[in-house]
Amino acid sequence: MASQEIETLASALARLPGLGPRSARRVVLWLVKRRETALLQLLAALEQVRDRLVECRICGNVDTQNPCGICADPRRDQTSVCVVEDVADLWALDRAKLYTGRYHVLGGKLSAMDGVRPEDLNIGSLLERVASGGIDEVVLAMNATLEGQTTAHYLAERLEEYPLRITQLAHGLPVGGELDYLDEGTLAQALRARRPVG
Amino acid sequence: MALDAITLSHFRNHRETRLDGARQFNLLVGENGAGKTNVLEAISLFAPGRGLRRAALAEIAGAAGPGGFSVGASLAGQPDEEALRLGTYTKAAQPGRRLVQVNGTPASAVGLGEWLAISWLTPAMDRLFADSAGARRRFMDRMALALDPAHARHAARYENALRERNRLLSDDRPPEAAWLDGIEAQMAQHGALLAQGRARTVAAVGQEIAVLPEQPFARPVLVYAAGGPAGQDAFAAALKSGRGRDRAARRSLVGPHRDELEVTMAGKNVPAASCSTGEQKAMLIAITLAHAQLAARGRPGLLLLDEVAAHLDPFRRASLFERLRSGRAQVWLTGTELGPFAEIRAEAAVWQVSGGQVERV
Repeated sequence: MASQEIETLASALARLPGLGPRSARRVVLWLVKRRETALLQLLAALEQVRDRLVECRICGNVDTQNPCGICADPRRDQTSVCVVEDVADLWALDRAKLYTGRYHVLGGKLSAMDGVRPEDLNIGSLLERVASGGIDEVVLAMNATLEGQTTAHYLAERLEEYPLRITQLAHGLPVGGELDYLDEGTLAQALRARRPVG
Repeated sequence: MALDAITLSHFRNHRETRLDGARQFNLLVGENGAGKTNVLEAISLFAPGRGLRRAALAEIAGAAGPGGFSVGASLAGQPDEEALRLGTYTKAAQPGRRLVQVNGTPASAVGLGEWLAISWLTPAMDRLFADSAGARRRFMDRMALALDPAHARHAARYENALRERNRLLSDDRPPEAAWLDGIEAQMAQHGALLAQGRARTVAAVGQEIAVLPEQPFARPVLVYAAGGPAGQDAFAAALKSGRGRDRAARRSLVGPHRDELEVTMAGKNVPAASCSTGEQKAMLIAITLAHAQLAARGRPGLLLLDEVAAHLDPFRRASLFERLRSGRAQVWLTGTELGPFAEIRAEAAVWQVSGGQVERV
C-alpha cells in the first residue's frame, strides 16, 4: 500500500487527459525513481508555466508573453485571422506552419445542451478586432462536428456586415484517402466542394 | 457465402458454445430460458448497432466470466474458397466498447454491413403497430440502416441538432436568430437525408411486398408519412418560419422526428393496429421477409426468427417455410419444441439448447 502522498499524486495525475489510474501509477513510480533529475526538472517546468503563462489579450492563445508570440510577430500577415475553437486547434494549425496569418481562439463552441452561449465565447473580441479594421479575411476553422459547424454558421452570420472575405476549411477527401473507403457523407461533401483544376 | 459456424464465449448464459455446419434452415429448440434467443442475439451483433435486444454491451458478458464476451462466425463459400472469419467482442477493461475483427484484422462495426445482411423478428416487435410512433421510426431506421450504413450518422446528427434547437427554444431568454440559423442549417441538411433514406426504404420494401398474394398472409400496405416538408431548403424554410409557434410549444413541431410509418392491411383497408393479433404478426412477417430479401442483394443474408412458427396455424406455417425456402437468406428459428418444424426438420440443422449449452440433434 502506497503512502498518502503518493496516492494523492497518482490520483492528481490520473485526471490528466490521456492518462488513467494505471498509467498514473506508472508515472509516479518513474518520477520517484528519478526524484533528483526528472522530478526536479518537471517541478521547475510546472512552476515556470504557473508563474508566467498568460492568455493573449488579442487572440486568446496561451503564451509567456502578452500579446503572444504569434500576435507580436511582424512577419505574420495582419490582414488574415483564423478562428479556432481551442488553443489545441491553434497549435495543430501552427505546427504545420502553413498558415501565415494570425489566430483567434473562441475558447469553446456553441452548445445549447451544455449551456455554452455566444457571450461565453470570445466572440465579442473577434467582432471588435474585425470592426477596428485592417482585416480582409476571416478563416473559420471549426471542427466538422455538429456544434463546430453550428458555431461556424453563427460566426459567418455575425461577420456578414463587415467588408470581409469569410472562408471555411474544406471538408472532404483526406490526403492519401481512397474514394472506395469513404462514407457517403464525406464523398458528398467532397463532391459539393469540388473545384476547377489548374 | 453463408454462415457456417458460430462460437459464443461468455455470452449471457453461454460459457463456451459452438454451432457447426449451419444449413439454410437452422433450428434452436429448448425450454424457456435455455439460451436460444441468446444465440440469435449473438448472431445479430454481426450487424452494426446494438443487436436484437438493443441491450447495453456490459449487460451481455456472462456474470461468471472474465468480464468481456466474444462471438465468432465463419462463413464458407465454394470448397476452394477460403473461409471468412468475423469476430466481435468486448474486453473487461472496456465493457461498453464493441470491437470487431474481420479475418483477424481490426475493422469497424459499421463495416460489418458489407459482409452480412441481418434481419430479425422477435416477440418484442409484436406490438409495433400499437406502439408509439417513435418505435416505428426506429423500425424504419433499422431497415434503412441495413440498406445504407450512412443512414445512422444522419439520424444521430439530426437527433443532436434537434435537441439543441429544442433546448434553445425552451430557454426563458429569446434565442438568438443567428444561433438558430446555424442549428437549423444542420437540421435541414441531415434531416432531409434522414427523411429521404426512410422514404426510399419504405418504398422499396413496399414494392417487394406488393407482388405478394393477399393470402395466406395478410398483406400490409406501407406508407411513409413525412413529418416535415421534403427537401433541405423547404425544411429549412419551414423551421425558420415556425420559430414563434415552436417557441410557444417549447419544441420543434415539424421534421423527420414527427415521421410516421402508416401500415394498413391490403384488401380490408384497416389500420394495422386495429387488425387481429394473428394478422398483425402476419404483416410483420411479410415486412421482415421483404426487407431481408432486399438487404441480401449482393451479400449473404441472415434471417433470425424468434418464436415465430409456434404462433401460426399449420397452413400458414407451411406457407412461411415455403417462402423462406425460396428466399435468399439463411434462416435461424427458435421454438420450445420440434413439432411445428416437422416440415423442414429433415433439411434443417437442429440444435437442442439447454442451460446455455447446445447439442446437435
